[in-house]
Amino acid sequence: MGWKNYMGMLVLFLMVAAAPLIIRNDYYLGVLVFAALNCLACIGLCLLMGYAGQISLGHAAFIGIGAYASGYMTVRLGLSPWTAMAAGIFLSAGVALIVGIPALRLKGHYLAMATLGFGSILHIVAVAAIDITGGPGGLNNIPAISLFGIALNTDTRFFYFSWAIVLIGLYFGFNLIHSRVGRGLRALHGSEDAAGSLGINTASYKIQIFVLSSVYASISGSLYAYYINYIDPGPFSVMHSVLLVTMVAVGGLHKIWGAVFGAVLLTLLPEFLSSFSEYFQVIGIEYKPDYDTLIYGLILLIIMLFLPEGLFGGFGDAIHALQGKMKRLREARE
Amino acid sequence: MKKSLLMIGVVIVLLLMSGSVLFAGEKDYRVGCVFAITGKASWLGEPEMKTVEMIAREINEAGGINGHKLKLFIEDSQGDNTRAVNAVKKLIKKNNVCAIIGPSRSGTSMAVIPIVQKAQIPLISCAGAEVIVVPVEERKWVFKTPQKDSDCVRRIYEHMIEKGIKDIGIISGTTGFGNAGRKQLKDIAAEYKINIVADETYSPADTDMTAQLVKIKNAGAMALVNWSIVPAQSIVPQNMKHLKMDIQLYQSHGFGNVKYAKAAGAAGNGIIFPAGRLLAVDSLPDDNPQKAVLLGYKNKYETKFNETVSTFGGHAYDSLWLVANALKAVGDNPEKIREQLEKSELVGTGGIFKLSPMDHNGLDKTAFEMLTVQDGKFVVLKD
Repeated sequence: MGWKNYMGMLVLFLMVAAAPLIIRNDYYLGVLVFAALNCLACIGLCLLMGYAGQISLGHAAFIGIGAYASGYMTVRLGLSPWTAMAAGIFLSAGVALIVGIPALRLKGHYLAMATLGFGSILHIVAVAAIDITGGPGGLNNIPAISLFGIALNTDTRFFYFSWAIVLIGLYFGFNLIHSRVGRGLRALHGSEDAAGSLGINTASYKIQIFVLSSVYASISGSLYAYYINYIDPGPFSVMHSVLLVTMVAVGGLHKIWGAVFGAVLLTLLPEFLSSFSEYFQVIGIEYKPDYDTLIYGLILLIIMLFLPEGLFGGFGDAIHALQGKMKRLREARE
Repeated sequence: MKKSLLMIGVVIVLLLMSGSVLFAGEKDYRVGCVFAITGKASWLGEPEMKTVEMIAREINEAGGINGHKLKLFIEDSQGDNTRAVNAVKKLIKKNNVCAIIGPSRSGTSMAVIPIVQKAQIPLISCAGAEVIVVPVEERKWVFKTPQKDSDCVRRIYEHMIEKGIKDIGIISGTTGFGNAGRKQLKDIAAEYKINIVADETYSPADTDMTAQLVKIKNAGAMALVNWSIVPAQSIVPQNMKHLKMDIQLYQSHGFGNVKYAKAAGAAGNGIIFPAGRLLAVDSLPDDNPQKAVLLGYKNKYETKFNETVSTFGGHAYDSLWLVANALKAVGDNPEKIREQLEKSELVGTGGIFKLSPMDHNGLDKTAFEMLTVQDGKFVVLKD
C-alpha cells in the first residue's frame, strides 16, 4: 500500500476527527453517517467492479441481509448487536458464495441481469416473509449498538463509529489490492484469458472478491439498522443497488478513493439541493421540490458525459492536462 | 478571472448555508412538513403539500396566529426512509420547528419516530398504520390523523353481520397498508364470529388475480374483502366479473380515490367500503356536523388546483389545523403543544377528533361512513 494511500487515509482520519468539532449540528452529522454507510458498501462494490471487473446490480440485497439479520436477531431473538452483526456477515458471505458460484460464470450483461434478479428476489422475500422480516411493516425497536459499554445512540458517537469502520474497511481494501490477490484481480480485469494463462485461478478469485464485497455491504446494512432503529424493505430495493453502482461510477471505478468520493458526493448532493431550494425562496423564485430530481440528474449526466472515468479519475486527468498546458504556455512565452 | 470565480463560489456557498436564517423572521411560528412529494408515493404527498400551503396562506392572510406568521418548512421525503430521517433531523436541528406534520407513508413515519421521541418535538403523521401511535407509552410525541384500520374492519364486519354473511375470503396487497389491514381482519374476525375461509395476497405490480380469486371461490366465501391501497386493487372486481363471482365485494378505505373506481369500470358498481366522508360529501345529509368543513375544504381545493380532492390531502388539512389550534392556545413551546394536542378536539375532514393522553388519534368508528360505487362515483350507502 503506497504512501499516497497512507496520506489519504491520514487526511480522512483528521477530517473525521475534526468534523464534529466544526459541525455541531446533528442533522449534518446524520447525513455524514449515511455517507459513511454508503462509503462502506461502495468500497466493497468498487473492489468487485473496479478491480475484478465484475458488475453487481444486487448489492442492496446484501445490505438488506445484514440489516435484517441484525434486526431479527436483536429484536426477536434478543441477541447482542455485535453477535447479530457477525451472524449477518456469515449469512451474507454464505449467500454470496451460493449465488456467486453460478452467477460469476456469466459475463457482462448476463452477470448484470443475474445479480439484478437476485436483488429483486431478496426484496420480494423481505416483503413476503412476514413472520421473519415483519413484511412491509418492518421491524422496529432495534437497539443501538454499544462499544466498550458506551451506547452509540447519539449522532456524534455513531459518526465516529461509522467512519472508524470505513477507515478499517479502506485499510483492508488497500492491503488487498497491493497484495498478490490484488495484482491477480487487476490482471483478471484486463483480460480473463490472459490472467488464466498466467496461472491465476480466475473463477476462485472472482468468487472470493464477490464474497468480500458482500461482507462490506452486510456490515453497512447492520450499521444502518442500529442507527435508524427501524428497517423495512424499502431501502434495500433494486433502485438502491443501482444508486450504489452510480456512486462508484461517478466517483471513479478504478480507484477505491473514487468510491469514497462518489458515495460521499451522492449522499450529500440531495441534501445540498434541498437546502438550495430554501435559497431560491429567499430571493423570491418559486422553486418546486421536483426540480431537485432534475438538477440531480443533470449533474450526473454532466459528470458521465465529460468525466467518463469518474470524478476522481477525471480530476487526475484534468490536473495532468492543466500542468501540460501551463508548461506549454511557459515554453511559448520563453 | 479564476480568483473572481472562486470568490463567487464562496459567496454562493455562504449564502446557501445562511439561507434558512435569512428568510424566516424571529417571531414566526415554524412548523415542519415532510411529505412524499416526488417518488413512488407522490400521489400521497402532492395533495398534502398543496393543502398545507393553501391553509398556511389563508391563515397568514387573515393575520397569522396571535399576530405571528405561520412559516412552513416543507421537505420532500421521496417516500424513502433515509431521506425522511434526514428531513426530520433538518427540520428539528436546522430550521428549529416546533412541530412536524407528516410523513406520508407508514414506513417513513416508523423510521422517524425514534428521532422525534428523542428530540421531543410533536409529530402528526399522515399515514395509516395504527402501530404509529400504539403503544401510546412509547409514542409520547407521536400523533396521527388518518382513521384506524381496526375501525374500518369493524365497520365492514358489522355490515356483514347485518347481511348474515359468515364465511369470507380476504385478499390484500403486499404493501404496508395491505399487510396491516390483513392482520387486523384476521385479529378481529373472532370478535364478530366471522370465518376467514381464504386468505390471499397480490403484489402491487400484479396484473391478474384470477388464480387467487378461484381459490377464494372454491373455498366457499360468501363475501370478499379486498384490502389494498395500490392501483392493482381495481383489477379484483374486473377479474371477479370475468369469473362470474357474484358475492359482495368489500374494499378498505384505501379504495378512497375516484380514479380507482373509474379504473374498475362497470365491474366496480356496488362495491361497498368504509371511508371518510370527504369522498361523498355531496350525498351527505345537511345536518351532518362535518358537512360544512368538508364542503369548505373541497370547494377551496378544487377551485384552486383544478383537481379532485383526495382523503390524503384531508389528513394534512386535519394535522395542520390541530397544530394551528394548539399554537393559538399555547404558543410555540413543543412540550406545551404536545400537552395541548392531547386534549384537542376538532371537526376535521377525517372525522370528529377527540384526542386524549391515551388516544393519539382521537377518531372512532363513526369517522367512517359506508360508501358504495355508482357509475364511477362514490355515494353514501343507503341501507
